[in-house]
Amino acid sequence: MSGYPDSMQESMRLVEETRAGRIGKSFPSMTAEEKEKILVDWHPDYRMDQKRRLKIGPSKGELMPLEVANALEAHPAIKPSDIDLSSISYDVDVLVIGAGGAGLAAALLALENGIAREGILMVQKLRLGDANSKMSQGGIQAADAPDDSPTIHYLDIIGGGHYVNKPELVEVMVKEAPGVIKWHEELGVIYDKLEDWSMQLAPGGGTSRKRMHSCKDYTGLEITRVLVDEFLNREIPYVEFTSAVELLMDDMGQVAGAILYDMDSDEYLVARAKSTIVTTGGFGRLHIQGFETTNHYGATFDGVVMAYHAGAALRDLDSTQFHPTGAAYPEQIVGQLCTEKLRTRGAQPLNKFGELFVYPLETRDVEASALIRECYGRDNGIVTPSGVRGVWLDTPLIDVVNGEGTIEREFAAMFRNFNKFDIDIRKEPMLVFPTLHYQNGGVEINVHTETSVPGLFAAGEVVGGVHGKNRLMGNSQLDLYVFGRRAGRFAAERARKATVGKLTLSHLDRYEKLLADAGVETDRRAPFLLPEYRGKRTLEHQLKLL
Amino acid sequence: MEKNESEMITIYVMGKKHLVPADLTIMKAMEYAGHQFKRGAGCRGGFCGACATIYRTKGSYKLQGALACQKIVEDGMYIAQIPFSPAEKKTYDVRELRPDASTFLEYYPEIARCLSCNTCTKSCPQDIQVMDYVQAALRGDVEEAAKLSFDCLSCGLCAVRCPAEIVPYNIAQLARRLYSRYIVGPTEHVLKRVEEVEAGEFDEGIEELKGMERETLQHRYETREKRL
Repeated sequence: MSGYPDSMQESMRLVEETRAGRIGKSFPSMTAEEKEKILVDWHPDYRMDQKRRLKIGPSKGELMPLEVANALEAHPAIKPSDIDLSSISYDVDVLVIGAGGAGLAAALLALENGIAREGILMVQKLRLGDANSKMSQGGIQAADAPDDSPTIHYLDIIGGGHYVNKPELVEVMVKEAPGVIKWHEELGVIYDKLEDWSMQLAPGGGTSRKRMHSCKDYTGLEITRVLVDEFLNREIPYVEFTSAVELLMDDMGQVAGAILYDMDSDEYLVARAKSTIVTTGGFGRLHIQGFETTNHYGATFDGVVMAYHAGAALRDLDSTQFHPTGAAYPEQIVGQLCTEKLRTRGAQPLNKFGELFVYPLETRDVEASALIRECYGRDNGIVTPSGVRGVWLDTPLIDVVNGEGTIEREFAAMFRNFNKFDIDIRKEPMLVFPTLHYQNGGVEINVHTETSVPGLFAAGEVVGGVHGKNRLMGNSQLDLYVFGRRAGRFAAERARKATVGKLTLSHLDRYEKLLADAGVETDRRAPFLLPEYRGKRTLEHQLKLL
Repeated sequence: MEKNESEMITIYVMGKKHLVPADLTIMKAMEYAGHQFKRGAGCRGGFCGACATIYRTKGSYKLQGALACQKIVEDGMYIAQIPFSPAEKKTYDVRELRPDASTFLEYYPEIARCLSCNTCTKSCPQDIQVMDYVQAALRGDVEEAAKLSFDCLSCGLCAVRCPAEIVPYNIAQLARRLYSRYIVGPTEHVLKRVEEVEAGEFDEGIEELKGMERETLQHRYETREKRL
C-alpha cells in the first residue's frame, strides 16, 4: 500500500518508470557563474525585503534577517534593578552555558586542563546533551583518508563558504579534525567501519573527497550520548532546566559569569565565573522567513543575544543555511531533516516528471536554490493535499545502487521515522523541500575561541566565521568538537590567572540607552528561551495568575 | 492517508478532555490544547527521547508507549508524558573495564533479575529488541548488546515498564562504549594522519592557500580534482 495520497500517485508512477534509466546517471554540476545566478535569483538570503540593517551595537549597519534584527533590537530579558548581585549562588572558575556537543567538550577539556571539578559549572536550558548536536544524522568530516588531506579539506571549506571564512579558524579546524575522531574513538564512539577497521567514508555536498565519518544516520546521537556518559562519569557539576538569561560583567569590563533562570521555580541565580563559555547553538526556532526548521526546540538564539548585550562583535549573520531536503510530506513532519547522506549514497532529487534537474551534491545553498526554483520558478514541483510544494528524493535507488538492505542498515532513523507515517522509503521516494537548518554567522572568535569581550569564550553554532556564508555537511559536527575542546582549554588557562572585579549589570542599562537613542520602540524582550507554539485562542486569552 | 483537515477528535491529556485536529502528533496536539512544553519536548524529530509518552486508546486495555513527536493522536486517546525516568547512572572509568559480563553485573547487578518477559521490547518506541540486548549483556556478548541497542534514544519507557526494575538504556550505553573501546580495532589511517598533522606536514600547503588572492584561490577551488 502506498503512503501517498491519490493526487500524488501519477507523478510517483513517473519516478518509478524512469528509475531504471537513471541508474548511474547524474546531472552536470553548475559553473561558478550559474551558481552565482541561481543564488541571487532563488536563495532566500537574497530576498532583500526580508532583511534590514541593524540599528544598534558593534554590528550596527549590517544586514540581517528581520527575525534576527528583531531579537537584537529588543529589551534585555531582565532589569538590573531586579537582581541582587550580592547573593551569589555559584562561584566557579569556568562556567559553560549550553550542554550540546561543544559545551560537553568544553567542560571535559576544562577538567583535563587542570580545573577542579568543583571549579566547573555546566548550565543547560533543557536536558544535558539534548541539543541540535544530537540530531545530526549524516556525519562528521575529517581529512584522514590516504588520498585526502587537511589542505584539500581547507580548500573545500573556503570555496563552499564563498571565500569569506576566517582563514585561521578553518586552518585549526581542518588540522585538528583527525584528532577529534581519535578522541571520540578513545571515548567509545562507534563509527561505521569496514572489515579492516578503516572508516567507511562518504562524500558530502561540495566535498572533493570521501570524508564523511558516520554512525549510521544517528551520528550526532551516538557522539553526544558518549560525551554525556563521560561527563557524568567525571562528576562535573551541572544544572538542567536552568537557562542563562544575561551575562554578568565586572567593573573592569570583563564577562564574569551569568544570571541564570530556574525554569521550574522562576527564580534567578547569580553565577560568578572567571571564564564564561557560550555554547548555546543557533537560531532555527526563529523560523527565518517563516521557514519550517530541522532544529531543536531550544534553538532560540539566546547566546548571540546575550553576547551582543555584553558588547561582543558578531559576523556573517546575514547568511542562513537552508538544508535542501526537509520533509515536505507527511504534514506531521514537514520541515524535519532528510539527511544529505541520502544523496551521498545515491538518492536523486527529481521533479514531478521524474526527471533529474540538479547535480545532487552541489553545496547546500546552491542545491536548496535549485529545489526552490524547480517548485516556484518552473512549477515542476509536486503539491501535497495541504498545499505544500516539494520535489521527490528517489530513495529506493540507494538499495538499487548499493544492494538491498543498505537503507535499513545505514538509514535506520530515516527508515523508522517515515515508516511511522506509513511511508517505506525503500519502495517509495520522499517528498522534500528546503528547510531552515543552520546559523552560518554568529559571535566572532579568534583561534583561542575568545570573543571580543574579555572573559567570554564561544564555540559551536553560536559562532560565526568558521563556515563563511555557507557550511558544508559534516563540518558543524566537527566544529563543535574542535572549538568546544579549544574553549575548554583556553578558558581553563585564563581562569588560572584571571581575577573578577565588582559585579555589575550596567551593560544592560547601556543597551537600553542604545535602543532609546536609535528610536527603537518595542515590547520585544530577548532572549526568549522557548518558541511559542500554543494555539491562537490560548494566547489571546492568557492570564498569569499563578 | 488523506484526512479532512477540519476533522476534530477528543483526547484526554492527563485526564483533561480536549478537542484537537485529528492529524496532529501528540506533541502538536498538546500545544494546540494550550500546553507550552518545558520538559517533554526536545528535538521534535525522533532523535532525543525527551517526549516519552504512555497512552491507552479507546476500548483497549493495552498500555502503550510512544514518542509524542512521532505519534498521531487517535480519538479517545488517554495520554500522559513521562519526561524523566528515575534511575541512577553508575560512574566508571571506561579505560579500566573488562568487556565481559562481569562488568555489567558489577555496575548493574539487577540485570540478573531479568525475567525474559519481553515487556521492555514491547514498550520500545524505536522497536529495539531490548530484552535480547539485556540478555546479550548478561552472557557477556558485548558486540551483540552494542549493535542491538544502537538506535536507543534513552527515552526510558523500557525502564519504567520493567518488572525486574532493570534500567536497560544504562546497560546499553555501557555496552556500546565497551564495544568501541575494546572490540573495535584502531583506525590506523586516523592515527597516522594525527601524527602527520603534529609533524607539521600540512602547514606549508595550508599557509599557501591562506596567503592566496581571492581570484587565485577561486581558480584553485573551481579546478580542484574530485575523487568521489
